[in-house]
Amino acid sequence: MISPNLRAACLAIAIAATGCAGGPQGERPETALPPTAAGYPQGAVTLIAPANPGGGWDQTARQIQQVWTETGILGVPVEVVNRGGAGGTIGLADLVTRYDGDPRNLMVFGQVMLGSIRTNASPVSIDQTVPLARLLNEYEVVTVPADSPYRTIEELLEDFRRDPAAVSWAGGSAGGIDHILAGLIAQAAGVDPRRVNYIAYSGGGEAAAAVMGGHVTLGLSGVGEWKAYIASGRMRPIAVSSPERTGDGVTPTLRESGLDVVLSNWRGISAPPGTDDETREWLIRALEGMRESEAWQRILRANEWEDSFLPGAAFEAFLQNEVATVDETLRAIGLIR
Amino acid sequence: MGALGQLGDNLAVGFGAALAPVNLLLGIVGVTLGTAVGVLPGVGPALAISMLLPLTFGIDPVGAFILFGGLYYGAMYGGSTTSILVKMPGEASSVMTALDGFRMTCKGRGGAALATAAIGSFIAGTFATLMLMTMAPVLVEVALTFGPAEYFALMVFALTALAGLSQGSLARGLAAALIGLAIGTIGIDVQTGQARFTFGMAGLLGGVNVVVVTVGLFAVGEVFWYAATRARSAGSRSGEARGSVGGPVRLTRADWRRSWPAWIRGTVIGFFCGVLPGAGATVASFLAYDAERRASKTPGEFGDGAIEGVAGPEAANNASAGGSLVPLLALGIPGSGTTAVMLAAFQMYGLQPGPLLFTQDTTLVWGLIASLYVSNALLLILNLPLIRIWVQLLRVPTPLLFAAVLAFATLGVYTLNNNIFDVGVVYVLGLLACVMRRYGLPLAPTVLAVVLGPLLEQEFRRAMAIAGGDPTVFVTRPLSATLLLLAVLAASAPVLARRRPAG
Repeated sequence: MISPNLRAACLAIAIAATGCAGGPQGERPETALPPTAAGYPQGAVTLIAPANPGGGWDQTARQIQQVWTETGILGVPVEVVNRGGAGGTIGLADLVTRYDGDPRNLMVFGQVMLGSIRTNASPVSIDQTVPLARLLNEYEVVTVPADSPYRTIEELLEDFRRDPAAVSWAGGSAGGIDHILAGLIAQAAGVDPRRVNYIAYSGGGEAAAAVMGGHVTLGLSGVGEWKAYIASGRMRPIAVSSPERTGDGVTPTLRESGLDVVLSNWRGISAPPGTDDETREWLIRALEGMRESEAWQRILRANEWEDSFLPGAAFEAFLQNEVATVDETLRAIGLIR
Repeated sequence: MGALGQLGDNLAVGFGAALAPVNLLLGIVGVTLGTAVGVLPGVGPALAISMLLPLTFGIDPVGAFILFGGLYYGAMYGGSTTSILVKMPGEASSVMTALDGFRMTCKGRGGAALATAAIGSFIAGTFATLMLMTMAPVLVEVALTFGPAEYFALMVFALTALAGLSQGSLARGLAAALIGLAIGTIGIDVQTGQARFTFGMAGLLGGVNVVVVTVGLFAVGEVFWYAATRARSAGSRSGEARGSVGGPVRLTRADWRRSWPAWIRGTVIGFFCGVLPGAGATVASFLAYDAERRASKTPGEFGDGAIEGVAGPEAANNASAGGSLVPLLALGIPGSGTTAVMLAAFQMYGLQPGPLLFTQDTTLVWGLIASLYVSNALLLILNLPLIRIWVQLLRVPTPLLFAAVLAFATLGVYTLNNNIFDVGVVYVLGLLACVMRRYGLPLAPTVLAVVLGPLLEQEFRRAMAIAGGDPTVFVTRPLSATLLLLAVLAASAPVLARRRPAG
């Protein structure tokens, strides 16, 4: 065992000496999967995070990198590159066009990208990629400011039905998962989703500030993302979008509140077009190895992510279904025609 | 007394952690890397931290955050160097420094400009950390009272700084700002998800990054301008700057007297802008510059090498780094790109920033705070001797220096998103800068407008939507009304008192 202190000192010296990032290039660890017959993966594997540093996809990509590196499953170094912009469609376009047939570049993505593909009129779509697996579910939480008069979502929706414009909903950018949830709730409550007074923020943090400062009626975001704000007592959760209660076990689901809405911000990983079946199977095995590791399970728990591993063809079928749902909701909200 | 005793205990724990040999070593590496990152155009602290993240797996989180903290503060120090010496800011928050800093260099006072920037940064960083330590809970409440209406009013107030940047011709300043506002509207609109002015180019969907605008207009523009004009006039503006290495590095007695109040004002302005998520270092540096110009007895000197014009903004952008740690540590809300990455880093270690962090993870929080004091001291020790080396850059023949600048600018812009499209954009903006210079348009208002425009527009629309379309929301909320009143006063004062001839 190397002590953390010694590792830190080595790291400091290594950075000072090279002046840049470069992972240690060790021997193939014993835990590594044997390469495919075609010799894949020769050299480092790159994970594209189609977002700027700090967001959910970036975080997921870096967690995968961490587990793959620690467990040595791939037997080669793993890198993360950020290719942010346009709701992830820039990264998607890169995967489809630039890395066509080069499966050493993989992309992390999620539910939100399906919306961006439509609202951004993206020239490439997700069915051009080779989906590997769905990895996790993050459910949404509906919160109100700490001093809000609303105790339950039913109370809030009563006022919403009376005067939709007077209720302001804070969440992430237009057409994203938060906006879609707002639309679905309105629909379930019998209000035209186009009348939702949705206030878009460029990130969950900014939206949280608007809720905690009492500037909006309610806010929407991922359960894990807003966990700390809820724990601080500055905002109160009134509903979650999961099928069963999650996390605290106290907050009712939307279904319990009489709204037939379940929405998951799932995340998964895709390979570029032209990835052969053998390589695809190999990568799915590498993801299974990650999923079974203690490190990955710990990460899921820490972020309140649900393990929703769904490999290969089943994930593909799921995706087709999701694309249709997202399309329908965006149309109902009035974001696309 | 009890609270003070508690603070003392916490600080003791913090310094104990920060001064542990390994952590001190990480701190030194952090500030050194940060300084390098700050000097290179385009490469920012956010990118550097996310690159270092995988390397820090497995080390103690306290050490990792000491490394990141040092890097963040270091990058704020380093940003001034290229602004002052070659008028090529690498980040939007160093644009103001370039105006008077470069004129000082032309007059052989580049060393003094770098010195006032370094000492100002030290003072600002130290006081900002002190305020972070003592006032974070109160400041968080202030930050939360800022809703869309208040942000809008603050941005209107910041826009009044424009008059001071126009260098004589208000019409030209406004024209330059309009170009910036137009650039700021490019991309997907946050409220509606619709693409604006992208002309079908996927690379423009995400908008034009402020760093790309800054590097394009200033660094690339300067290189292009030099290339275009050198053949005809040997004594171009950049040419004048050469050979003025000999000036003293030390600050004179007069420099100290003029810098002190600027450092203090810049620190206060910068810190409060940093506390507000979204306002940030750039707005802080613009407001600080404007404050100095208004406070000065000789405002005519501004734009022609006034030392306050360097001292104020440099203090402000460093103080804002400390300020932005307030919402990060106390609420878990990132106020800047760098703190967003730091938030992700916290989460990777399974830590949730927020009020609980202060009580649950004393060693980490206070270790980080103590390390910021240490980083500041290290940066001053590192940077003052470096000034002598930096000014030697001016001895490099211009064509060689500019070729290197172009190479670094290209590389830096490419690394922002690993996207070659951005490199094209930066060259187009370089050409735009040449056209603007040809017609005497100042460049700084364009950068200010690119930063402020989107904030102004989005906050206005949010405020209107929340108020159900009622525009009185801006004047019925006391804080918003006060800020708007200040903006009106600030805008009318120079118009009434204008005595300087145009041109």
